[in-house]
Amino acid sequence: MQWANAIVQGVLIGGLYALFAAGLSLIFGVMRLVNIAHGDLIVLAAYLALVVTATLGLDPLTSLIVVVPAMAVIGYALQRLVLNRTLGDDLLPPLLVTFGLSVIIQNGLLELFSADSRKLQAGAIEVQTVEIVSGIWIGLLPLLQFLVAIAIIGGLQLLFYRSAFGRAFRATSDDPSVAELMGLDTRRVFALAMALSLAVVAVAGVFLAVRANFDPAIGPARLIYGFEAVIIGGLGSLWGTLAGGIILGVAQAIGAQIDPGWQVLAGHLVFLAILAVRPQGLFPKVQ
Amino acid sequence: MNRPAASAAAPTATPVRVEHATLSSRIGVAVSALVLVALIAAPYWADRASLRLYGEVFTFVALASLWNLLAGYAGLVSIGQQAFVGFGGYVLFALAMFFGVPPLLAIPLAGVLGAVIAVPVAALMFRLRGHYFAIGTWVMAEVFRLVAAQIGALGGGSGISLPAGIVTGIAASRTMREHVIYWLALALLVAVIAGILVLLRSRYGLALTAIRDNETAARSSGVGVMRIKYLVYVGAAAGTAMIGALIFLTKLRISPDTAFSVNDWTAFVIFITVIGGIGRVEGPIIGTIIFFALRETMSDLGSLYLLMLGAVAILVMLFAPKGLWGLLADRFGWQAFPLERRLMPRR
Amino acid sequence: MADAPRPPLIDVRGLDVFYGDFQALFGVSLRVEPGEVVTVIGANGAGKSTLLKTIAGQLSARRGEIVLAGTPADRAPAFEMVRRGVALVPEGRRLFSSLSVEENLLIGGQLGRPGPFSLARVYELFPVLYERRRQPAPSLSGGQQQMVAIGRALMSNPTLLLCDELSLGLAPIIVRDIYRSLPAIVGEGLSLIIVEQDIVQALDAASRVYCLQEGRVALEGEARTLTKAAISAAYFGV
Repeated sequence: MQWANAIVQGVLIGGLYALFAAGLSLIFGVMRLVNIAHGDLIVLAAYLALVVTATLGLDPLTSLIVVVPAMAVIGYALQRLVLNRTLGDDLLPPLLVTFGLSVIIQNGLLELFSADSRKLQAGAIEVQTVEIVSGIWIGLLPLLQFLVAIAIIGGLQLLFYRSAFGRAFRATSDDPSVAELMGLDTRRVFALAMALSLAVVAVAGVFLAVRANFDPAIGPARLIYGFEAVIIGGLGSLWGTLAGGIILGVAQAIGAQIDPGWQVLAGHLVFLAILAVRPQGLFPKVQ
Repeated sequence: MNRPAASAAAPTATPVRVEHATLSSRIGVAVSALVLVALIAAPYWADRASLRLYGEVFTFVALASLWNLLAGYAGLVSIGQQAFVGFGGYVLFALAMFFGVPPLLAIPLAGVLGAVIAVPVAALMFRLRGHYFAIGTWVMAEVFRLVAAQIGALGGGSGISLPAGIVTGIAASRTMREHVIYWLALALLVAVIAGILVLLRSRYGLALTAIRDNETAARSSGVGVMRIKYLVYVGAAAGTAMIGALIFLTKLRISPDTAFSVNDWTAFVIFITVIGGIGRVEGPIIGTIIFFALRETMSDLGSLYLLMLGAVAILVMLFAPKGLWGLLADRFGWQAFPLERRLMPRR
Repeated sequence: MADAPRPPLIDVRGLDVFYGDFQALFGVSLRVEPGEVVTVIGANGAGKSTLLKTIAGQLSARRGEIVLAGTPADRAPAFEMVRRGVALVPEGRRLFSSLSVEENLLIGGQLGRPGPFSLARVYELFPVLYERRRQPAPSLSGGQQQMVAIGRALMSNPTLLLCDELSLGLAPIIVRDIYRSLPAIVGEGLSLIIVEQDIVQALDAASRVYCLQEGRVALEGEARTLTKAAISAAYFGV
């Protein structure tokens, strides 16, 4: 029963990991950029939610109304002003600039908020549980987060494959210079993609803030979990990323059952195993 | 208009030789030699604090030079070199404490073991490309850190101090110990830079420069890109492990968080190299000098200092991607080391 | 005639275009009247594609002017030129590989410029594309892909269509099929600049010819009046 419970918890947190990964994978798909500051932006969103809930007196869920657009605007500006200049054949500039960004965000948050652990209070919903199967109880909040994660990933799929917007993203990703021949300003397309990515990051950040303690230094670990989910699941597939997140969550849960110190390491080992045996991931998009 | 075909003359191949030096590189070598002599003699003219500072500078120049070799020449951008720094440190402690290996011998041994472990690591990491390779190296470093935290005999999560007996085994007096460690740091630096120069002067170096300039073109010219990358990665790991061993021999204490710290061993190293100039040997040297000059003048600003460094590195990357030395070298044609290649007729 | 002479649809004067330090075009001038089909021929590396890309806004000229329907257009980037009615069918088709045939066409039309060309009209022009509209673009044959590329450019309802090497890599019979669709396109009021290595097709389709040689205009004239000898001389530079 303990094991079953652990695995269910693992699945649920896998949804959150998939959210971490979705923004990352979107950006890589559209503009071949891996944002090293991705995890730190998730933490930034969490702190933003902290400020919003404290000053406006909103509860965390409602704070999304402010945090999501705010992060989207930050994403648009970041891409337009800074990251668009780094795109090109050389992979050093975007990597190093986003690495620098990661350091800046972490230390900036440290200066503003100190290293103290924080957490957002969501109220009564945090302790409510639901019995999904006889004997297995799960928290209502983790369940809701999991369902929202699935909905967001489903929404992104729809956006990418059924909308004109998504078509523009895919075309720009295939061939940016020909996309310009279609009347698409690729600088704007990239900025919109980053805005979308950070909107997803905003949700992930708020979920993180409600679920666990956070401090300025936990960004890199979120980047790594998102990255591992993408690699385990397979590049280019959003549903694969969801699967990857769930597998990672379950691996960590099993590791934690064996020994608490093994939780994160178990996830890393599963990642390395996939890398060794099936580097393209479990459900890669066949091109 | 018909251009006449090139006449098929009898092949009188003019013997050629490769000329490496330029005027500026001759000056550079001369200056370096003088500086080296002065540095070797430093224990006799510098005070304790300065000596310690110089030792720190040497380790950073060495780390940055190796990172530069990986990223600026072989196109392998690693943000996980701290894995080998910590590995070297832990190997030194283990060898000294459990096998009674004298610390001075343990350093090169740490290098050898670093190379050994780098082989399977590289095999896994090279399955990832570009940006994903970078994050993969970070994950690898995290794995090393977590594994180290599980090893109770080496202090587990809280770390361990080097037993006094081993420390005194290095040299008789504390002053002598500090001198020995200083000379070791200098010797390692000279070895790393000399090794890099020799590599770049060789045909492997020519291949590396080709890879740096255009990897696809290099591959289609027959350069064994994969093999060279492996060699460079394993070599850099060995060097980094030795430096790590020395760093923790100096600190006398090791813990997973300090051994595998991204900030200390990767962030600073990357900023140093970016600001100084990626893809040129002189870059890390200039960068480290700037970094330490800033640190001494900025004293203890903690996270603000890192923030500022990050901002400067971003600005440099956006507007002067070749770094400070790159700007100077392009503008004035300077070279501190004889690395150019010009074909000259053999007299 | 009482009316003032109409300005050319596009008037290119004295273009100098560089790739880094390498000069690809030397003072190239060209004009296209409304409703005209003009062809640019020349050997490999003569600068034909460079000329089209510069007109389309993908490259910028260091010197020279491009005047489109009376207004200057030499600083406009590619996405702006499409809005002004200049569409390029790029060399080698360059379809979007992760999009289907229909999606490729739709993205060509995403600007929403008004005009005669819609999805239905393009399918009328190239019926085989309608059957394959849901297939991924790379799964089509070379000739069909070329039709998609042309259709995609038409979807932006341009006034000037630039065609870069339509015949590239295609069998002669397929090339003939494609060229047979051009009169219908011109019939809708478009002007064309056709860049070609297949001189026969090009001279057949066009009313005026420019021949480029090593970045310079070596010959210009009416397609019907130019002799083979004159063309060879200009083409090869002998």
